[in-house]
Amino acid sequence: MVDLNELQTFEHDVLVIGAGGAGLRAAIQCAALGLDTGIVSKSLLGKAHTVMAEGGMAAALRNVDKRDNWKIHFRDTMRGGKFLNNWRMAQLHAQQAPDRVRELEDWGAVFDRTQDGLINQRNFGGHRYPRLAHVGDRTGLELIRTLQDHGVHQGFATHMECKIIGLVKDGDRIAGAVGLWREHGRFVLFKAKAVIMATGGGGRCWRVTSNSWEYSGDGAALAYDAGAELMDMEFTQFHPTGMVWPPSVSGVLVTEGVRGEGGILLNNKGERFMFNYIPERFAPETADTKEEAARWLSGDKNARRPPELLTRDVVARAIRSEVQAGRGSPHGGAFLDIANQRPADYIKRKLPSMYHQFKELAEVDITKDPMEVGPTLHYFMGGIKVEADSQMSKVPGLFACGEASAGMHGANRLGGNSLSDLIVFGKLSGDGADAYIKALPADPKVDGSQVSAIIKHATDILNREDGPNPFVVHEEIQEIMGEGAGIVRQGDELQTAVTKLGEIKPRIESVKAHAAPQFNAGWHEALDLQSLVTVGEAVARAALMREESRGGHTRLDFEGEREEWQKYNIVVSKQPDGGMLAQKVERPDPPEELSKIAYAKIEDLEAGNV
Amino acid sequence: MSKRTFRIWRGDAEGGEFEEYTVEVGPGMVVLDAIHRVQAEHASDLAVRWNCKAGKCGSCSMEIDGMPKLGCMTRLGDYPESHTITIQPLKTFPLIKDLVTDVSWNFAQNKRIKPLQPKPRDADGEHRMQQEDVDRIQEFRKCIECYLCQDTCHVLRDHDRKDAFVGPRFMIRVGQLAMHPLDTEDRIPAIKEELGSGYCNITRCCTEVCPEHINITDNGIIPLKERVVDRYYDPIKMLLRKVRGA
Repeated sequence: MVDLNELQTFEHDVLVIGAGGAGLRAAIQCAALGLDTGIVSKSLLGKAHTVMAEGGMAAALRNVDKRDNWKIHFRDTMRGGKFLNNWRMAQLHAQQAPDRVRELEDWGAVFDRTQDGLINQRNFGGHRYPRLAHVGDRTGLELIRTLQDHGVHQGFATHMECKIIGLVKDGDRIAGAVGLWREHGRFVLFKAKAVIMATGGGGRCWRVTSNSWEYSGDGAALAYDAGAELMDMEFTQFHPTGMVWPPSVSGVLVTEGVRGEGGILLNNKGERFMFNYIPERFAPETADTKEEAARWLSGDKNARRPPELLTRDVVARAIRSEVQAGRGSPHGGAFLDIANQRPADYIKRKLPSMYHQFKELAEVDITKDPMEVGPTLHYFMGGIKVEADSQMSKVPGLFACGEASAGMHGANRLGGNSLSDLIVFGKLSGDGADAYIKALPADPKVDGSQVSAIIKHATDILNREDGPNPFVVHEEIQEIMGEGAGIVRQGDELQTAVTKLGEIKPRIESVKAHAAPQFNAGWHEALDLQSLVTVGEAVARAALMREESRGGHTRLDFEGEREEWQKYNIVVSKQPDGGMLAQKVERPDPPEELSKIAYAKIEDLEAGNV
Repeated sequence: MSKRTFRIWRGDAEGGEFEEYTVEVGPGMVVLDAIHRVQAEHASDLAVRWNCKAGKCGSCSMEIDGMPKLGCMTRLGDYPESHTITIQPLKTFPLIKDLVTDVSWNFAQNKRIKPLQPKPRDADGEHRMQQEDVDRIQEFRKCIECYLCQDTCHVLRDHDRKDAFVGPRFMIRVGQLAMHPLDTEDRIPAIKEELGSGYCNITRCCTEVCPEHINITDNGIIPLKERVVDRYYDPIKMLLRKVRGA
């Protein structure tokens, strides 16, 4: 039993877990509302996965095309999400994104400019108009650095290189969290009236992923264990363009900005194959000839968009189909060509980090030669189920925002809607936590036995005599997910994945980390396994239940969208016996006003008739 | 696949030594890949920081054959096959364990720099800036905070004057604010006094090791030094100050 008086303890009104764009924006809001706020990050401040976002943040600023407005952004988001989004979240996002982007300028962000000196906006997949505020192809870095540099002056406490290993509750309510300092391996208790999960997704369940080691699904798993529900876990976004060669960088992201700036996809026969994969729903708005696509690229506002800018799920499946048909590139991808579409100096100016990434890691000069690209696990549309306006989960006092939460993006996220999601819902979760704390009748109490159990579970890994190597077990999880819950899925394979994940759990409970607790990579890996297997199982169970193909979930045995499935989300929760339950939960009818906008004709939206 | 040997520093603030590890290496592999192999096969407690593995987050800073570099952007193929690559932690910062150092001093410096003080928005609620006016500060904002420039800076590395000079990283941080079209703060006194611009003697080592290829010295530090000189050492202004008794 741990003596709570001996344990290092911090007391905050709000503890924000995760210091990417969503977590930092949440902490800034909490501090602005006068709450005593702490933010915890697994890495150093400013290194979170947000830095990897490249293309931009979507907001109907109307700086480049005056026809844009929040309604069209909302409609694009719903169409991209295959109408499975939380209607209210998609509305809040489209309405509030412009203000959230503008305020970043006051905090030091320096976006690329239009001729008039305003924030420039670029085209992206699924967005009707140029909508993405951007800085070359390093927009995520700009966002995180802006929030970091602004944030350090707002008076919240920053707890770096700390992994949260368990949540503590007082009855039903959240009461705090237990953490582990990566540096020296000692434990810490955070007492908090509210906790905001901003931990991102769980891409490390797969081997080919654009995600860093931090993406082990900690937030979803911790919340699930604490009684929160997970939703839409079957919708995992495979970004169509990850690097495929050399092997050591397979999965590293190649920004959609390459296609936004005019890049085209070719198979090994030199065919521009995306023209063969235009879905019916998008046909009226997609160019069907190279000539029309070229006119669009040169700025003709009457031309329709090139098919390379269809939504990510469509493009990723198209590349996979070409490879399966034997028309792939030498290393099993497709060719992405910008060299023949734009002059070299333009490419270097608009896509500088892509230029360097390929030059230095693959010895390819993208101003001369095509890139080889293929799908890579990039993003979780699913996550912790929250209430739209407050971002609170089923557990009182437990909030979630950004990729860790579910609902905003439905079955498929549009590029550029993630960075704007972070700042819109980061702020709203801060507002939600503030309202919750104000209404709290009494401060929650921390129960020492819960803290002890969490710490013992972690130290057992070091103390036991022998056990499996955590790195090897992680590879086994990746193999199971790659084989059973990849970009295309089948019932029997998903069932196998569920079974195998069940079998691996006892191994995870017996892994052994060697040597001392100080900055021990093996121990940290062992602790991440707990989260990985939980989110992996949630993905596999939800994917098995959804018998249709929609957005980021493709079933070979149930092709195409099925109308009856549009009525349901799949919700995963922990049962009293510890088992995982997946359930179909009926979606409420959309508000009529929003339904009208989402299904309106584009001409009517542009003319202001809706 | 072939085998390759690496000499990696193992130890903590108390002391330590280089240890040799041999692992299989394949085409396109970078130093960080080799370290991960060592972790998985030989030393699961080997401490190293990393995140994005694509040169975008600046976590895996280390000294490779004596040069400050990012482990994720240093290809094994750049070294002769039989050569044993030596990997050690950044020298300028206190060692925590193996390849991990305590870089918290840098975060403390950032906090000393006053944030942007923007001028009011135009009447329509917009800020207007021309692209050519932000090009040069966008160059500085490419910084990924890997601190390789801090590691190589003589003032910090050899003379340990962390008390007097914030280092190249934070010179371009304050530089981007001083050159920001919207900023209203007079930053020259802080650049001279608290941040210590005079300590830089323009050896350009920081620029050489920058993985983002930011021209730290010529585009950042030198223009700031010139502003300080214009303010404090212009002979006419010095005379005026004397006359006015300021």
